[in-house]
Amino acid sequence: MDVKTTIQQEGVFPGQVHPTPGGGIVISSIDEVINWARSNSLWPLVFGTSCCAIEMMSTAGAKYDWSRFGFEVARATPRQADVIIIAGTIVNKMAPVLKRLYDQMADPKYVIAMGACATSGGPFFYNTYSVVKGADHVIPVDVYIAGCPPRPEALLHALIALQEKIRSGATREQIKTTKPE
Amino acid sequence: MSNETLKIKIGELLPSAIWEEGGEWTTLVTEPASWLTLAEQLRQASGLAFDFLFCLTCIDWKTHFTMVYHLRSTSLEQVLVVKVKLDHHEPEIESVSAIWRTAEFHEREVYDLFGVKFLHHPDLRRLLLTDDWNGYPLRKDYEDPVNMIKL
Repeated sequence: MDVKTTIQQEGVFPGQVHPTPGGGIVISSIDEVINWARSNSLWPLVFGTSCCAIEMMSTAGAKYDWSRFGFEVARATPRQADVIIIAGTIVNKMAPVLKRLYDQMADPKYVIAMGACATSGGPFFYNTYSVVKGADHVIPVDVYIAGCPPRPEALLHALIALQEKIRSGATREQIKTTKPE
Repeated sequence: MSNETLKIKIGELLPSAIWEEGGEWTTLVTEPASWLTLAEQLRQASGLAFDFLFCLTCIDWKTHFTMVYHLRSTSLEQVLVVKVKLDHHEPEIESVSAIWRTAEFHEREVYDLFGVKFLHHPDLRRLLLTDDWNGYPLRKDYEDPVNMIKL
């Protein structure tokens, strides 16, 4: 979906607001409000293993400025982050580190696999002894981005797609914690 | 110093030197037996003074290995490349870590990935891979059926 339409349609408060004299009445469900609030305050972990990280930094920088969409506070500790952007190649030696970082993140947590390497091993798929063929062999992934490396627009699109996914309660973490009845 | 005078000066030290043409830098090809004495002279001789080893690497040609040393003289501003041909079955060469300290880690890396044995190296262990790794992954004949998908 077009990014601009997405923000206009889905960035608004989920529920009805009825103005009354001296205030107003809000009708919504707690889950929807929580998901809406969470989706607008995603704190990414500072994590980059190769050239995708350069594009990620560019997205965070002034020209693309992902803080416009609520990804302002990149944290240098997994304990304060709730989204990890796997920006780059994951090698066998890095895989336990990635798993540990993911485990240290507080729930609910989300994962974006950025670029060809994090998605499938990419250019290192064949004839290599060291590269993990897709970060989803190590941790579960919510959103995949194609590209080598993806442009900042693609990363922004993925982050907005993640927001949509959180609002509709469809991320892996949310499905896991939702009770059947 | 021009390339020609550099060649003459090194030719005096090592008459068996072979010069390789076509590269960006003056390139010398030599044998493993004469490498250590040559390296000491390259570092110390007044007209050469190659005090900086800026690249140390290895090539697997399937039939043999080639060690490649890139040397620079910071005072005389000249560059020399030395290539040493090694046997494929038992690649062995003298370590130059006593001459250029930076070689210590570079030689460990070459040992790790190509399995070249550096004689008289102070601490020849694997550098990047785990200690229990089998084989040398940058060799052309390296096989790893678990991690590698062959194309």
